[in-house]
Amino acid sequence: MNPVTQGLYESLKQVTGYIYPNEIEVHWGILVVVYPYLTGLVAGAFILASLVKVFNVKELQPVYRLSLLTALAFIIIAPLPLLLHLGHPERSYEIFLTPNFTSAMAMFGFVYAWYLMVVLLLEIWFTYRRDIIIWSQGEKSVMRWIHKTISLFSTDTSEKSVEFDKKAVKAITIIGIPSAFLLHGYVGFIFGSIKANPWWSSVLMPIVFLFSAIVSGIALVILLYMILTPLRGEKIVSACLDKMASYLFYAVIVDFSLELLDFIHRLYESEESIKILSELVLNKLFISLGIIQVMLGMLLPLGIMICIKLFRFNEELRKLLYFVSVILIQLGIFATRWNVVIGGQMFSKSFRGLTAYKMELTGFEGFFMTLVLLILPFIVLSVLIKILPPWDRSVEQSLGEKIA
Amino acid sequence: MKRRKFIEKSLTLLAQASVLGGIFRNANAEPKDYDASKHYYGMGIQINKCIGCGKCVEACKEENNVPKEPFFFRTWVERYVIKKDNSVVVQNIDSRIERSLEVFAEKDTLRSFFVPKLCNQCENPPCVQVCPVGATFKTADGVILVDANRCIGCRYCIQACPYGARYLNPETGTADKCTFCYHRITKGLLPACVEVCPTQARIFGDVKSNASPLARFRRMNKLHVLKPSLNTEPKVAYADLDGEVR
Repeated sequence: MNPVTQGLYESLKQVTGYIYPNEIEVHWGILVVVYPYLTGLVAGAFILASLVKVFNVKELQPVYRLSLLTALAFIIIAPLPLLLHLGHPERSYEIFLTPNFTSAMAMFGFVYAWYLMVVLLLEIWFTYRRDIIIWSQGEKSVMRWIHKTISLFSTDTSEKSVEFDKKAVKAITIIGIPSAFLLHGYVGFIFGSIKANPWWSSVLMPIVFLFSAIVSGIALVILLYMILTPLRGEKIVSACLDKMASYLFYAVIVDFSLELLDFIHRLYESEESIKILSELVLNKLFISLGIIQVMLGMLLPLGIMICIKLFRFNEELRKLLYFVSVILIQLGIFATRWNVVIGGQMFSKSFRGLTAYKMELTGFEGFFMTLVLLILPFIVLSVLIKILPPWDRSVEQSLGEKIA
Repeated sequence: MKRRKFIEKSLTLLAQASVLGGIFRNANAEPKDYDASKHYYGMGIQINKCIGCGKCVEACKEENNVPKEPFFFRTWVERYVIKKDNSVVVQNIDSRIERSLEVFAEKDTLRSFFVPKLCNQCENPPCVQVCPVGATFKTADGVILVDANRCIGCRYCIQACPYGARYLNPETGTADKCTFCYHRITKGLLPACVEVCPTQARIFGDVKSNASPLARFRRMNKLHVLKPSLNTEPKVAYADLDGEVR
């Protein structure tokens, strides 16, 4: 017997109440949880980077390039979980060739291609162009050729060309912000536009996705910055860290308010589905939603950040608290994606029963594959950092001195 | 006498075989002069006539190669038991699932009935709207089909269907659903579930036709569709539908 079918007999035992017979299989598993999580990190990291160029937030200069590379590393891996979960991955190119324009999912190809090609790659190219040319001049063999190729064999490092680069970066960032909104907003729309599913169907969904994306992206860049800087033997610039944490704080507040609004709205309207959704939240999602997403992933870090703002902790303690907060936030946002994707499939559209989701350990949709998919972006990032070092020492030093 | 009987039997057998052969050949022949634009199909379900025998489910599975396991259905039958304390017990009537054979005491039961379910062949099908590659489509005669050679198996249509009428066929890795037995109806035959229903609880026909069992069904009954608030405009209409049915 097919292993999937065999697993369904197990799930059948855990069904409570009545579900339509075709609903026993949870169709979108852990891989579809990973996908919005990864794209969220892309959008969030990019929006953090654009704060530097569009809103001229000088304090964030040390993480500008790191944010861009993080966004690139994660967007390269983001389609993989989607691809792996398809019944026919070999036909996936059809989404590009013959898209159905009424499908939110068909837009994936275009939004993805636009974001990767027009926004991220171009911005990174213009940001690095001058540096790459200079690096390639002082290098030998492989690295020299890699850099020469990446620079597209451009050799102009004149003031005028650098000036043009800066203008280009600014223009791309201005296009990039709505694009980042589009990227993650549309992922929210994929779920929010399903009228058959009351857990998903909400006009707030794209915007909740967007703000949770900003939260997770900033938290990730903070985490990377806090780990990578000491590894390089450099000192963490507190001004930069505090500024990032500050943006994170406001993003969490907006995100939390939106989710609270969604919750109150559902409860107040109390539509036909409210009974089964309450059962879902109180039984199946109690730990992943109540404890992990809300308590550990949102309220606790929010509390910690309020304490940091209220009390004058010393730098070391502040760093430790930031570190703990961003890890909790990552955990919380992953749980958010889980609760949306898996939660939305745990109750029957007959509103009369609940089903169960049991993650496999091995296999394409298993736990180990998930781990691999979550680690892969970091491997890509380390390669990118090797080729395109994001550290701009002069900026860090001048910023450090200025603040000191 | 023996010889005569032998000849008699042989002749009957030959006659039977030729009739069967004719049907068989006919069933496999391509519809020659079928014009989809001249038809628009729908179904009527008379709930009070359904006895929950499950013949329709079995016939559908046989006719359409639906996997036999109790997780894949193009059509299924639900049993509703509304108890005197107003609690509702719903079960999928399937001999493969032990739970579905549970018996309730009559003294506790207020009312009970069976509801055959299948794809509603919606006028505004959400599954067609969301399919990223256009593998799910509506034919000119109003039937929603899946092109298994085109479907990428993303399962977005399964999520979008409010009626749970779709499943992922584990053998093909593509979305699957009721087709109204499209291979039969284009040859003038009835869908398998309609054909085998012993009580004629299912009535199939052309919505455009003025004189047909479906037209009569639509004229003689108060009709209702499932989840009308979602504006999917189902082409499967129910007579005697209880408010508890979702």
